[in-house]
Amino acid sequence: MSPTKDAGHLFRFAFLFVVAFAVFLVVRHFVVPRSFGEYGHYRGAAIGEIAARPLHYAGHETCETCHADVAEAKKAGKHATVNCEACHGPLATHAADPSIQPAKLDTAVLCIRCHAISAAKPKNFPQVDADQHAYGLPCETCHKPHSPAIQTGGAK
Amino acid sequence: MNLDRRHFLIMLPAAAIAWKYVLAGTPEASPNYTMTDHWWSMLIDIPKCIGCGNCVRACAAENDVPDGHFRTWVERYHVTDWHMESPEVISPDGGKEGFPAASEDSGKYFFVPKLCNHCADSPCTQVCPVGATFISPDGVVLVDQTYCLGCAYCVQACPYGCRYIHPGKRVADKCTLCYHRITKGLTTACCENCPTGARQLADLKDPNDPIHAFLKTHHVQVLKPQMATGAKVFYNELDGSVR
Repeated sequence: MSPTKDAGHLFRFAFLFVVAFAVFLVVRHFVVPRSFGEYGHYRGAAIGEIAARPLHYAGHETCETCHADVAEAKKAGKHATVNCEACHGPLATHAADPSIQPAKLDTAVLCIRCHAISAAKPKNFPQVDADQHAYGLPCETCHKPHSPAIQTGGAK
Repeated sequence: MNLDRRHFLIMLPAAAIAWKYVLAGTPEASPNYTMTDHWWSMLIDIPKCIGCGNCVRACAAENDVPDGHFRTWVERYHVTDWHMESPEVISPDGGKEGFPAASEDSGKYFFVPKLCNHCADSPCTQVCPVGATFISPDGVVLVDQTYCLGCAYCVQACPYGCRYIHPGKRVADKCTLCYHRITKGLTTACCENCPTGARQLADLKDPNDPIHAFLKTHHVQVLKPQMATGAKVFYNELDGSVR
């Protein structure tokens, strides 16, 4: 008696299994993104896509390539650590095309964002009560924003 | 070179792994950037923060963050002598427009800027059922928004509350550590716009980064160290009451 005499049902089952596995491989090939698993259990191409998102802030190094004079004035003063776009706003469009003019700034809003008096701020940070300090005068009457210490006499 | 079949077969897997690393080199948009050379983190110097909200506004402008959601925000703590364990914490609109004035009062005030901690062992990436969020080879926790289902498991898993579901896209969104900027050699939008230098982007794999000296010479903490998340946002002089 042959050992494979009654094994036909086993072969049929094995055939089905092989076909199902082949279908699985084909479906998997089309469904799983090409870069999945490139670095780990995720789509590797996503990293490049996130890195390609557009810039809005150009960065102070870019500003300084054209506005070296301002950078120089700022470096000597108290605002040395304040980067250009911290006050001027996002200007990547202006950096890419200098004919696009940035909006004019309002020092009445800008200065007070940082320098309004509050007990919550660090004690060594310069703070003023705008009403009592300037009596409604614009800040830049006395303080030049790029180098805010008062230039002629008075307290620095 | 004489290479018999046996040695060729032995070297094949090694060559395959090496080729993978060659491919791992550069995200498409940044030609001079090698991911494996960096391990990004951030340093936050609490005594320097003035609560101006510049970082929150810059982040929103750079990353089109929807109103009412935050990738970074600033909290103001008020710790009184009689309630040291439960400080009063406010963050009006994430500190975007600054904070109401605090009149001279007892106790101490300080600001705590918060953002994704880009944990090395992050709970959020571990719970994602589809592999849509991950830690990149340079240590940034990112979301693949084309792959995310919006199930919000990661939003629940983050112990720092740094994730949200984007109301328009219906997928998870979070701080990318301005991945599109740091891969081009720029700093993040929040660090670029911090007027006092309270926030500093740091690269732990760069031996010349000033963070190494800073970590040695200052009292630096991470948030919720007991959760062993491997958080990489370091806070200088963090008060014990901060959660």
